[in-house]
Amino acid sequence: MKRFIVTVLLLITLFVFQGTVFASLNFANTSPNLLIILIVSLSLMRGEKTGVILGFFAGILMDVFMGTTIGLYALIFMYLGYANGSFHRVFFPEDIKLPMIMIVVSDIFYGFLVYILLFLLRGRTDFSFYFSNVILPEAIYTIVITILLYPLILWINKLLTQDEQRKAKKFVS
Amino acid sequence: MSPVVKPKREKFTLPSKYLLFILTIICCLMMVITFTTDVFNKPLNYVVGYIIVPYQKGISSIGSYFSEKKDALVNVYDLLNENANLRNRIAELEEENTRLLQDKYELNTLRELYELDQTYDSYTKVGARVIFRDSGNWFSTFIVDKGYKDGITPNMNVLCGNGLVGRVSVVGPNWAQITSIISDNSNVSATVINTQDNIIVSGDLASMDNNVILFSQLIDEEQKVTKGDKIVTSDISDKYLPGILIGYISDIADDPNNLTRSGTILPAVDFEHIEEVLIILDMKQSVSDEELKNGYNSLNFSDEILNEEEGEEENTEDGE
Repeated sequence: MKRFIVTVLLLITLFVFQGTVFASLNFANTSPNLLIILIVSLSLMRGEKTGVILGFFAGILMDVFMGTTIGLYALIFMYLGYANGSFHRVFFPEDIKLPMIMIVVSDIFYGFLVYILLFLLRGRTDFSFYFSNVILPEAIYTIVITILLYPLILWINKLLTQDEQRKAKKFVS
Repeated sequence: MSPVVKPKREKFTLPSKYLLFILTIICCLMMVITFTTDVFNKPLNYVVGYIIVPYQKGISSIGSYFSEKKDALVNVYDLLNENANLRNRIAELEEENTRLLQDKYELNTLRELYELDQTYDSYTKVGARVIFRDSGNWFSTFIVDKGYKDGITPNMNVLCGNGLVGRVSVVGPNWAQITSIISDNSNVSATVINTQDNIIVSGDLASMDNNVILFSQLIDEEQKVTKGDKIVTSDISDKYLPGILIGYISDIADDPNNLTRSGTILPAVDFEHIEEVLIILDMKQSVSDEELKNGYNSLNFSDEILNEEEGEEENTEDGE
């Protein structure tokens, strides 16, 4: 329950920060994708199920505020969460390399999907422009923010896990 | 031990694979439903509005604080450069000033001609504060802190200063989403005020970085339209009120087909620094399809003509 509340708070906080603080702090009209960082890191730490549910709700949030079609971002984020969750088995908390790589790959993949679904289908065919001007800068900015944000998410997850273990022990004895 | 030990019921868990499958279907269903109706808009917008909007308002002020700091930092490096530029600008502006005085005179006469003098002032407007910007880098939409409680409905026009920002696309109880005219999925029917030629102004991600918007389909055989000409919304737009300033032509060229001309427009609004906007509560008078049909039928037009006309209108008017 505690984990649920903390995760919801984290999701809403990052979403709001992304649209306010980071939208004002944009460099070269690019803002980082904090939701991707959250979804990828939590799915790596917790597994597929968390990834799917978190991705779904993060996507709904995006859809209601940003999108025109409800369910599109939800679908993209959900599959990102699921795919990252399947790497849960090879994840070690000390190793920051895997999350970094997964976040970059996910962000580029996300940009790619958005381009195909929302731009290519409307006849915008200049992919190289969109790749070099939107997708790549976003991925780079996101990875810079990851270095700051990932330890925080890891720390929160560690606290929650310790708390849960302590409670489980108490319950047994 | 009693023989009737109730077997401990296993906690029901759903494998993530099935969960993914179910949620995928839900997403697809929701997409189909939002394409056809707007059932979800009310409840979802309501819930989200009350959880997130108050939070956004608070954090938004922090955002503008950082933004100011960032701008100040950038400014220090640019100041020397800017100083030299400004001296040049003074000379330019003095020249421009005389030209503008002429323009003003011209504008006054034009206003009388087209009865534009009362357009802006007579609309009832409500001010709103921008609290959230599109966090993705793909479209240019933002959220303001007024919603249907303040009488705002979709398709209302939004101004900033004296220029057109865009229109309201989604409304919640205490928030509204505004799609700006520089957004990639936005098309506006506009008029060159000097010649009264109609054009299509469409936002484009590629030109958004240069702070310009594209226009196309200008039919101008005598090449009368030039750089600096004023662009306003046209009378035939079905969502935008007529005569709202969009911007000035910054670049114009002939299309390869030699029939139409296209180019770029410098918008009148600084889209990067929008803090407060004005929402016009008056709506463009719209004629519903049925009324149109009845009107056509009473004139004994066949349905074929009507369908053709409708198709054309959809193509040119709105690309969403």
